[in-house]
Amino acid sequence: MGFMRNSARSLLLWEIVEGMALTFSYMFRKRVTVNYPYEKGPISPRFRGEHALRRYPNGEERCIACKLCEAICPAQAITIEAEPRDDGSRRTTRYDIDMTKCIYCGYCEEACPVDAIVEGPNFEFATETREELFYDKNRLLANGERWEREIAANIAADAPYR
Amino acid sequence: MAELWSIYLLPGIIILAQILAIIVPLLLAVAMLTYFERKIMAAMQLRMGPNVVGPFGLLQAFADGAKLFFKETVLPTSANKIIFVIAPMLTFLLSLVAWAVIPFDEGMVISDINVGILYLFAISSLGVYGIVMAGWASNSKYPFLSALRSAAQMVSYEVSIGFVIITVLLCVGSLNVSDVVRAQADGVWFFIPLFPMFIIFFISALAETNRHPFDLPEAEAELVAGYQVEYSSMTFALFFLGEYANMILMSGLTAILFLGGWLPPFDIAPFTWIPGPIWFFLKISVLLFVFVWVRATLPRYRYDQLMRLGWKVFLPFSLFWVALTAGVLVAFDLVPQT
Repeated sequence: MGFMRNSARSLLLWEIVEGMALTFSYMFRKRVTVNYPYEKGPISPRFRGEHALRRYPNGEERCIACKLCEAICPAQAITIEAEPRDDGSRRTTRYDIDMTKCIYCGYCEEACPVDAIVEGPNFEFATETREELFYDKNRLLANGERWEREIAANIAADAPYR
Repeated sequence: MAELWSIYLLPGIIILAQILAIIVPLLLAVAMLTYFERKIMAAMQLRMGPNVVGPFGLLQAFADGAKLFFKETVLPTSANKIIFVIAPMLTFLLSLVAWAVIPFDEGMVISDINVGILYLFAISSLGVYGIVMAGWASNSKYPFLSALRSAAQMVSYEVSIGFVIITVLLCVGSLNVSDVVRAQADGVWFFIPLFPMFIIFFISALAETNRHPFDLPEAEAELVAGYQVEYSSMTFALFFLGEYANMILMSGLTAILFLGGWLPPFDIAPFTWIPGPIWFFLKISVLLFVFVWVRATLPRYRYDQLMRLGWKVFLPFSLFWVALTAGVLVAFDLVPQT
């Protein structure tokens, strides 16, 4: 019987018919494609995207120029220079991140005692020149203003696990 | 002067118009076929397919065509330049000339010759020359291997295609392509009595047009793109158009031989309202869908498997079926009288 069944199966191309039926049934399933520029996948609150420097609600910069981020950065992408401000508080005069060096490990964010430098949810910051990826303090603060709402929500969402 | 007009110019213009009336829709169909192939494959693989150029990506094929048209044609220094350029033209030309004998409806055919089937068979056999010339003239390893494979493959499968055509012709009693369709008008379409031959013909058509799962000549995993490796721009586009036009031609041939060409499935009122060319088009579309469907389903055959299938399965089987059909026709006195 086994011989008969095997012969019949191969003569009737049974396996090919089964395979074709399977591919045909897939035609009517839901597509898995995310139509990227118009649709985006969900992002975790811990997502490590583009950097941003935050401010306190009263407008004061959070960063106190402790340079912990600069020290921990494994790619040495961060450069900080600092001196006391006129009112005596210690603040950065220069805060540069070379985004071409950055490996998006998130150590800077974790090292920061005041949640000043964070990696936001933005991952669409491609540029046409390399120079545009050398971020300075103004750019980072501007990012902070632009993404503050999302960043604050993410930090709040992730707070119980920290 | 009037003689010149009535004998030479007017028929010439009419023939030219007929040719254009076939070639322009054919090229459009090729463009749409590439689009539908990508869409169907995408649907079967849970992807979207082209959806950016035009509504639902319908103009994708034209965007691709325009891109290829404006690219540079690279002529490799070591290539035999004349043959290198002729090869794609030949492939493209051969895929078009075969349409001269394809009937779209009763009497709707450019040239109603009595050996139409033989002509089609000859043209489709010549198709291998374009690929062999391309492989040879490229003077490069992958195209050469591809040409060798293609030559062996197409010759092998032509043998079984020949036998399948013979069985159909035994039932028709004529080599005229329109007669093949007319013979199916009274009785059943040939795919019912000759079902195994229908399947063998379709599979051989896949091999003949170098489609999956028999696309060994262009097997991208092993030969990069086979005979197309050295081609760029319009020379590549001509190969591409030729391949797809050949697919449509083989589908048309299958429709004529087995699915009753322009005939409606039932000879009753709502079906007979639809004109013949539309039925023909629908049949070709269904067959082309199967072409794509097979591509989305099956992995590529290994070369020895391909040869085994052609010579050790299809050839004996179709030969046996020729004898069987002939025997049945004689035994029951069904031999067609024309």
